[in-house]
Amino acid sequence: MEDIISTTDQILTTDGLPLKVSLRKTERKNKIRAFLLVFPLLLFIIVTFVVPIGDMLLRSVDDSQINNVYAKTFEEYNKWDSENDELPPEAVYEAIFNDIHYGDKVQVGKALTRMNYSKSGWKSLIKKTRRAIKKIVKSGELPTSYKETMISIHEGWGDRLFWVSMKQMVNEKTVIYYWNAIDRTYDIDGNVIMQDEKRRMYIKTWIRTFKVSVYVTFFCLLLGFPVAHLLANLPLRYSNLLMIFVLLPFWTSLLVRTTAWIVMLQQKGVINGVLVWLGIINDDQRIQMVYNMTGTIIAMTQILLPFMILPLYSVMKVIPKSHMRAAQNLGAKPVRAFIRVYLPQTVPGMSAGGLLVFVLAIGYFITPELVGGKDGQLIGHWIAYHLKTTLNWGLCAAIGSILLAIMLVLYWLYNKIVGIDNIKLG
Amino acid sequence: MNTNSDGFVIFEKIDKSYDGEVLVVRNLNLNITKGEFVTMLGPSGSGKTTTLMMLAGFETPTNGEIFLDGKPISKIPPYEREIGMVFQNYALFPHMTVQENLSFPLEVRKLSKSEVEDKVKKALDMVELGEFGTRFPAQLSGGQQQRVALARALVFEPRLVLMDEPLGALDKNLREQMQYEIKHIHERIGITVVYVTHDQSEALTMSNRIAVFNDGVVQQLSTPDILYEKPENSFVAEFIGENNTMTGTVKEINGEFCNVDLDSGGSVKALKINVNSIGDKTKLSVRPERVTIGTKDSNVNQFEGQVEELIYLGDHIRARLNTCGSKDFIVKIPNEGDLNIKESSKIKISWDPSDIRALDYSQ
Repeated sequence: MEDIISTTDQILTTDGLPLKVSLRKTERKNKIRAFLLVFPLLLFIIVTFVVPIGDMLLRSVDDSQINNVYAKTFEEYNKWDSENDELPPEAVYEAIFNDIHYGDKVQVGKALTRMNYSKSGWKSLIKKTRRAIKKIVKSGELPTSYKETMISIHEGWGDRLFWVSMKQMVNEKTVIYYWNAIDRTYDIDGNVIMQDEKRRMYIKTWIRTFKVSVYVTFFCLLLGFPVAHLLANLPLRYSNLLMIFVLLPFWTSLLVRTTAWIVMLQQKGVINGVLVWLGIINDDQRIQMVYNMTGTIIAMTQILLPFMILPLYSVMKVIPKSHMRAAQNLGAKPVRAFIRVYLPQTVPGMSAGGLLVFVLAIGYFITPELVGGKDGQLIGHWIAYHLKTTLNWGLCAAIGSILLAIMLVLYWLYNKIVGIDNIKLG
Repeated sequence: MNTNSDGFVIFEKIDKSYDGEVLVVRNLNLNITKGEFVTMLGPSGSGKTTTLMMLAGFETPTNGEIFLDGKPISKIPPYEREIGMVFQNYALFPHMTVQENLSFPLEVRKLSKSEVEDKVKKALDMVELGEFGTRFPAQLSGGQQQRVALARALVFEPRLVLMDEPLGALDKNLREQMQYEIKHIHERIGITVVYVTHDQSEALTMSNRIAVFNDGVVQQLSTPDILYEKPENSFVAEFIGENNTMTGTVKEINGEFCNVDLDSGGSVKALKINVNSIGDKTKLSVRPERVTIGTKDSNVNQFEGQVEELIYLGDHIRARLNTCGSKDFIVKIPNEGDLNIKESSKIKISWDPSDIRALDYSQ
């Protein structure tokens, strides 16, 4: 045995097989079985999570649709020496003439929207040209000079600005959606500039989203901490009951709860009614508490509160009661014992709850949509708007990706400061 | 249990109830002298921990008063009592290093930085953990955590140290080692210690005096040897050490001794400890090591028993006999190398009348 080991330099089993090979053989069956067990879940995660997010990320920078429609045009366009020549050469005009005419109508239409992001006016220009080209082709007399014919159809074809703006489209990847998502766009030379004053709404919404998320997280912590503490320290009988109260909102429809808040907070609602009835405010001084940021914050705090309470509770439950006693025994008054001994131990719960609530709040949609009014809407509103109304999916994907990036940054920060091993979610 | 007023810690007529129906502690009168190591020993639920918590200030007596150094302390909050405590699971603060744990009570007392450093260092050296100051409790072994807890309870020089089953979480070897260590620290610095445990060997090893608790009442308060040699009632006799019990009725009382007719037949001459009059039921208690194999000259207390089981334990052999109405009558036979007893054989046993005690028939 010994000389075998020394010559092959590896450990052998009693039967002479290398130990590693033998081990692998015996472990293989277990590995296969384990893999088969997790396979459905793996598949599920890939289909419902990895693929959609990947698709979103790709879509946020995707500019291939227009490249397919104007494949020939862009090929010729790239040969144009735009530094020296005022307008592109004849070949470009011919190519775009053909691309517009022979291109699929729906695809050309879709591309129009994209072209308008780079310079407004493209839409009407192409539409008008398309009609004219149709007539020309029908008549059977193909133009001798495409350039002149097209300029005669619409003087825009002789406008250098249109041609320069095309430069932003020839790449299959673009970051224009990301710039749009923060109220910026390209000027005609491809420099990043602010949007027109009246089209700036995203930065405002982003800031509001952050503000609301911070407020909601703060209020959740403020309200959730005592509740969690009570939950962790009450006798089992009472804490179970209290736990049901905490979880009750989970079992009620989100819409119902949100609508209930409207009933409570509106100007003719319960709270205002009571205040007027008590004579605290006059009938004409009813407070506006809903359809604004206040309403959003109140309703979201109530809805997200359990996400703060549960992690806090799970952390507090395992803090031995003897710690507070020990601190007092060592001479610290209850307040000091709490601050020095109890509070620091709840940090993992506070940060986990805070992270959870903040991440949920930042992407929240239904509640702010219903109770937010104009100044209570969050960034999710624009995702829904562009998804359903303008069909600008690229912008939706860009906003979504920014949200994802924010979340990852928060997660990274959390890991840096608290350490991800400390996360306690329940 | 005299209530002389020069005791350092005095429990006076303490009752404690949590629910108004059951008394957890009943009429507790206890007197602890300065520098003494007193252990409260008893089964779980006997009220010993409650008593300790009342002393620490985490529970309020329902009746009576506790005096510390001559002053009543019921109205003093725990953080002003200047009593150190070692908790059952140490209660070290996990987010602080060992040093921070130790300096916590000193910082609370607003000691200067250099004083704090000095005392922390001294305390750590005392428990031989000088190099471990910067570690967190989770990075220490159970025994080391225990020492830190001990150092923390002593570092602010309290008037009194309480320990609530501090060794319960340690394995056997470490527990024994720590018992000696705590005992030696106590001897060295001379502080008063009140110790709670359910482990009798721990109590016997460490204490100056032991208070045996049962059912909220102190059954006996004496030094370890007296507690073992001269239990005053059947609970103490059965709780401390190993013990053979027989039941019977008192037939005759002769000064210090009495004659008892066993329920299983036969008569025993025993020390009269806790029986009052002829005709009383009694429990007789004799330690296994006081029973001798063979007969003695005098013909009292001689019985025959069948050997049910022999267990070889090296220094001695345990014989389980069926005799005197018990199938678990234990005899410890010293290993002198010439044992010729076989299982299921019959042997004669006897014991001295002064080694068997006639006690109450409570349980």
